[in-house]
Amino acid sequence: MKVGNQTIVFKNKPKIIGSYSVAGEKEGYGNFKEYFDYVLKDDKFGEKTFEKAERKIIEHTIFKAIDSANLTVADIDLLVSGDLLNQIISSSFTARHFDSTFIGLYGACSTMAESLAIGACMVDAKHFINVACATGSHFSTVERQYRYPLELGNQRPPVSQWTVTGAGCSILSLKGKSNIRISSATFGKVTDYGIKDANNMGAAMAPAAMRTIITHFEDTKSKPEDFDLILTGDLGKLGSEIFLDLMEHHGYKLGNNYNDCGQMIYNNNQKTFQGGSGAGCSAVVLNSYIFKKLQEGTFKKVLFAATGALLSPISSQQGESIPGICHAIVLERSDD
Amino acid sequence: MDVKERNKKYNEYVDAKVPKTKNFPTLIYAYLVGGVICMIGQGIQDILLALFPSLTLEDAGAWMLIILIFFASLLTGLGWYDRIGVFAGAGSIVPITGFSNSIASPAIEFKKEGIIFGLCVKMFSIAGPVIVNGVAISVLVGIVYLFL
Repeated sequence: MKVGNQTIVFKNKPKIIGSYSVAGEKEGYGNFKEYFDYVLKDDKFGEKTFEKAERKIIEHTIFKAIDSANLTVADIDLLVSGDLLNQIISSSFTARHFDSTFIGLYGACSTMAESLAIGACMVDAKHFINVACATGSHFSTVERQYRYPLELGNQRPPVSQWTVTGAGCSILSLKGKSNIRISSATFGKVTDYGIKDANNMGAAMAPAAMRTIITHFEDTKSKPEDFDLILTGDLGKLGSEIFLDLMEHHGYKLGNNYNDCGQMIYNNNQKTFQGGSGAGCSAVVLNSYIFKKLQEGTFKKVLFAATGALLSPISSQQGESIPGICHAIVLERSDD
Repeated sequence: MDVKERNKKYNEYVDAKVPKTKNFPTLIYAYLVGGVICMIGQGIQDILLALFPSLTLEDAGAWMLIILIFFASLLTGLGWYDRIGVFAGAGSIVPITGFSNSIASPAIEFKKEGIIFGLCVKMFSIAGPVIVNGVAISVLVGIVYLFL
């Protein structure tokens, strides 16, 4: 049921019956090493190219998530997935291995929230029974598509973020056992505040996050204090500061219940400047740390708002500013 | 509020908030590493002149450049040059070794897309502008020199 302008409240509250996360080697040394289901020992995952490795990581994650839900591949009737590569090859090539219908998404780093929001709509309306929502990214494929060759001896600017190698997948269904449910979703609007620096994606995405989260509060008549955690996707340290300033400017003062996946994933010694980014960033944090904390009961209600910078290398070279997007979902713990 | 004005204000706010590169340590690192690379070059040239007394200074200089280019490519292939670059910045980009790195690194990166369309096409994707400008300016200078 749609409430307000952009929010859908789910009558049946789809359950997250399975999840899996695979993180890269560097991410394995970060803050969530004990939460990831699997940490890669080799960033190529035994493949010849990084593109093939990214594909294999996403594929592996989806298979394992299906296992964790005690289902078989044949039980999945819809796969919703996206990634950062041109023509979303990692997702669509992965879908070759699944005999399910497939919806390919491009929401940049917001893909995890976008896929869960779409998946939850499908499950809630009983159009599909079991839906797999997945995304992932790889540092080395993204570097060469958006930036420079890996071995080039250049310096990264202080505003930059480090693309996370990793993938996450969640299985949604109305059947099965789970105490994590999606209660509502707010689809975002493309927001562009005129930031042109492709390195400073946090600043480009912060207004989109602000807009979606405020809309969610207004649509559902909720307050920041209603949530144990308000989690943005990959704004990074600088982007999070900007986001908090923007929220305060609009009359919402967020307290200790706010955090950002990009800011949390790496530790301070890992020299990533503003933290993590990439579709895999929020995907691995959500499917490891957040779900485990919801299961344990540390968190009861989480607003997960993944953010994406919808730029391409060509648009940046042509001097265009960076449009941002943010989709949000509410995760609730319920004992059933 | 008007969108243009909103964006202008937001950009001003972000610019004020963005952390800047620290000039002092980065300049020192660049100076030191750049200086060391030049010293190595001078050393190679001196050794060549001592070993082969028949070499002219110009020829020794050319051989020295070839040796530096070779070792920079080798270090790129071994995955070490980018680590020096993170620390040294312009110190390892400006000398000829940086030029070598900027050709070797895309060559390695795009080899997977094939020798012709990958390696050969992409090899000059970073160094290309330097070559184009070098050739264009030398033609210009040549024309000026003709009339002097």
